[in-house]
Amino acid sequence: MNAGLTILEIAVVALGLGVMLLDLWTPTERKRELGLYAAVVVLGILGASFVLDLSGEAFGGMYVLDGMAMFFKRLTLFAMVVVLVMSVEVGDQLKSGIAEYYSLTLFAGAGMMFAASANNLAMLFVSLELITVTFYILVSAQRSQARSLEAGVKYLIIGALSSAVMVYGIALVFGIAGDLTFAGLAAKSAAHSGSLLFLLGVFFILLGLGFKVSSVPFQLWAPDVYQGGITPTSAFLAVGSKAAGFVLMLRLLFVAFPSIAQDWATLLAAISGITILYGNLGAIPQRNLKRLMGYSSIAHGGYLMMGVAAVSAAGQSATMVYLGGYTFTALAAFAVIAIVAKTVEGEDISSLAGLHRRSPVLALAMTLALISLTGLPPMAGFFGKFMLLKSVIHAAEANTAYYWLIAAAVFGVVVSVYYYFNVIRTIFFVEGNNDDAPIEISRPLSFSLFACVAGMLVLGLYPDAVVSFAIEAVGALG
Amino acid sequence: MNNLTLIIAIPFLAALGMLFLPRREKDLAQQVAMLATGATALLAIALFVKFETGLPGFQFESKIPFAKALGIWFHFGVDGVNVGLILMGAIVGFAATCVSFDEIRDRQKEFYILLLVMIGGILGSFASMDIFMFFFFHEFALVPTFIMIGVWGRGVDKNYATFKITLYLVVGSMISLAGLIALYLQAPEPRTFNMVELAQIFRDNPIAFGQQNLIFPLLMFGFGILVSLWPFHTWAPLGYGSAPTATAMMHAGVIKKFGLYGLIRIAVPMCPEGAQNWLPLLAFLCLGNILYCGFVAMKQKDLNLLIGNSSVAHMGFVFLGIASLTLIGVTGAVLVMVAHGLLAALTFGLSGYLYGQTRTLDMDRMGGYLNQLPFIGAAMVMAMMAGCGLPGFANFAGEAMVFFGAWKAYPFVTTLAVWGALVIGAVYMLRAIRNILHGEENADNKVSLNDAADWRKRAPFALLLATLLVFGFAPRLLTSKIQPSAKAIVDAANGIETRLVEVAQLDAPAKGGETDLNDVE
Repeated sequence: MNAGLTILEIAVVALGLGVMLLDLWTPTERKRELGLYAAVVVLGILGASFVLDLSGEAFGGMYVLDGMAMFFKRLTLFAMVVVLVMSVEVGDQLKSGIAEYYSLTLFAGAGMMFAASANNLAMLFVSLELITVTFYILVSAQRSQARSLEAGVKYLIIGALSSAVMVYGIALVFGIAGDLTFAGLAAKSAAHSGSLLFLLGVFFILLGLGFKVSSVPFQLWAPDVYQGGITPTSAFLAVGSKAAGFVLMLRLLFVAFPSIAQDWATLLAAISGITILYGNLGAIPQRNLKRLMGYSSIAHGGYLMMGVAAVSAAGQSATMVYLGGYTFTALAAFAVIAIVAKTVEGEDISSLAGLHRRSPVLALAMTLALISLTGLPPMAGFFGKFMLLKSVIHAAEANTAYYWLIAAAVFGVVVSVYYYFNVIRTIFFVEGNNDDAPIEISRPLSFSLFACVAGMLVLGLYPDAVVSFAIEAVGALG
Repeated sequence: MNNLTLIIAIPFLAALGMLFLPRREKDLAQQVAMLATGATALLAIALFVKFETGLPGFQFESKIPFAKALGIWFHFGVDGVNVGLILMGAIVGFAATCVSFDEIRDRQKEFYILLLVMIGGILGSFASMDIFMFFFFHEFALVPTFIMIGVWGRGVDKNYATFKITLYLVVGSMISLAGLIALYLQAPEPRTFNMVELAQIFRDNPIAFGQQNLIFPLLMFGFGILVSLWPFHTWAPLGYGSAPTATAMMHAGVIKKFGLYGLIRIAVPMCPEGAQNWLPLLAFLCLGNILYCGFVAMKQKDLNLLIGNSSVAHMGFVFLGIASLTLIGVTGAVLVMVAHGLLAALTFGLSGYLYGQTRTLDMDRMGGYLNQLPFIGAAMVMAMMAGCGLPGFANFAGEAMVFFGAWKAYPFVTTLAVWGALVIGAVYMLRAIRNILHGEENADNKVSLNDAADWRKRAPFALLLATLLVFGFAPRLLTSKIQPSAKAIVDAANGIETRLVEVAQLDAPAKGGETDLNDVE
């Protein structure tokens, strides 16, 4: 059994249940504070993940704890801390049920952590459903707002569709190969790679994962849902849900179906390129910050796919490093949006006007996040994009289709300069017509922002440790 | 930390420290920046003096890990080619900080932080011996440029200019990044980003011609866009015209040299066959810079646009020198890079001073300013003269060497380029002097002007002029340093045999193939 390996997940689930219980005895006006305590405990769990020496397999190989799983678990735990702090900040937007919101965030996080360790198709499906079902509620948490409910319904319909497609794919694969474990499938996939039904099954599973990472053709929900949900939800969707999708995709393609990944390299490259173009071009006319981040997150899903499409160890480690950088970057951007939207009461880009006078710290953090999203030195986004480009250019020597992907990525970066820098322009050049009153930032949130900025800078200026870790973790995938 | 590392670290450390300066101390920011860039400039002068001419390889090397698993290091070092560029960059950086005192009266702290990041970035780029770092440091300037033009810039086209300059620069950067990565991947495992090792690897095992033929144009056009190669030059005059003085000085003077340096240091020696194949095209495109932009400069009514176009035109000479693939031509190209950096900074600094006094740069509304501005006016006459290639300034020495070097390979292009340099350049430069400084004062637009009276205002211009004159009268100070390093680059680009033939024809036959630039001078 070796269930002790899941100690981190157990701790998070127990914390979620504990928050639910505490909610019963906490007076209404103090319920928001519960999130802070939860964040501190999650921070403790994150610390414990560095102290405890955990590795191995549990539940008969369904659950694997290797370097890659640990990498994503830590990212998820960090994201949970920031998301919890953010939701304490904007908690007054929820009429009721703030404690449930915290618990559900923790459950979704537990799902992401299980996903990082999934080594079996059943485990993959269960952990994904744990994430998706909790997000159905989180997205529509602002029950009184039509926009929030609309987002929830959209997420529910497309999410249910993609789950259905995925479970159908799993059924097909299991029916043909008679195995659910990734290791077993790896041994059998070569033999079945001529079977159309088997390939269809794998394709359907990938489509389902495409929904999680909002890649074409399952990208349509992202802008609406990001805009409709409250900001911490959007942040968690952008970061955690995407990370879970990618860790599953990496494992599925390179552990379970390595030969199929080779065959489908061109298809993966095409999906990646089209996603990059869709996200970046769609972001140009956006005026709402969260909607902009929605399109931007589609584009980043496309960039992350580049590393998958490269079908090489270099590509996989690039995807991991990029995801690390993206986590810090997107969380910082969403945190700033949350504070500004709360103070200025607007999510339009123009609500950032004059931000550099009202809060130089927020202006600096947002600018650095935007630079990182664009992919310019010295931020994490640049180094990640560099690694991704490097892996794809390397792959292009064997398969010329990748040249189109390189062109799409380069074009995407240029386009993204236009809309990200437009936000920078608003922060610095456009004078706000509203008052110049300084914006207050609570201490926990400024601590989270600082951690995000530090993460971006460390990954951009001294990525040595993370790169070595990622390369080692990918090497263990085999 | 050795001398070179300090030169790069000081601007960044000063920028970091400045974050914590109290906002109400408005002038303190400029003083800190002046102190930092002044120290950088002094260290750069010391570096230049201590640099031992004739030693092979790099000096003042230092290495700090960045991502060891990928073979990327913060690896700095100087040889003959970049020692002059670092000196020029540091001096221009100091001058740019000095001239900003009167112009930047709002949000000083932010401005000087951005300026220092820009200066540290480009010096780091010049000093890097690692291809990744070379690119990495260059990009530091992008966001500061955008914000500086947008916040402190001038003119109605400011908003348009910010996006145009940024988008062009990103396009150029991304194309050259793709080229650099493709180049890096040509080396066998374990791969390195070290320029010297890569050059060695590619000398021993040249890249297949097909690959070279693909990588070289990526680098040539990517870097070309960053250097405002015709027809991708339109961002430059507009951007410089809208930028605050210090930004225009840094960008036109120093940051634009990044692409040229990349061509000389990386593209030409590592893809020699690609270079042989593509450089003739560059030679013809450079005519676009020299002639077309020269004509455009002639038509300008606005002084900044004139200077901007003339600065684009001057880039043509460097391209021509590189395209010649001769030792004299490449050495001359590096000399022009240094000279033009100083000159562009000087002219933009002076026009910025004028703008501060008159609030307009429309030459039709100016006239007779020399009476009121003896120092600034005289400096401007000298700068304009340097710009049309008057002997005594470093520009002349460099341009003459480029023409000598390019004559054999491209006689037609060189003839037109000489004509463009001497005639077109003289027309617009002299016309600007007549319109602005000489003649009657414009009756509609009478202004009382203050000349740069005290040392603090004169220092930046005097420093730039003095450096130009020193290198103009004694170009050997630079060429003797450039020559050995340029020789290695030209050798790699031509293959040894070609070089000997080439040199023997240019040089006195008795010398048996050994080059001595002093004979040509």
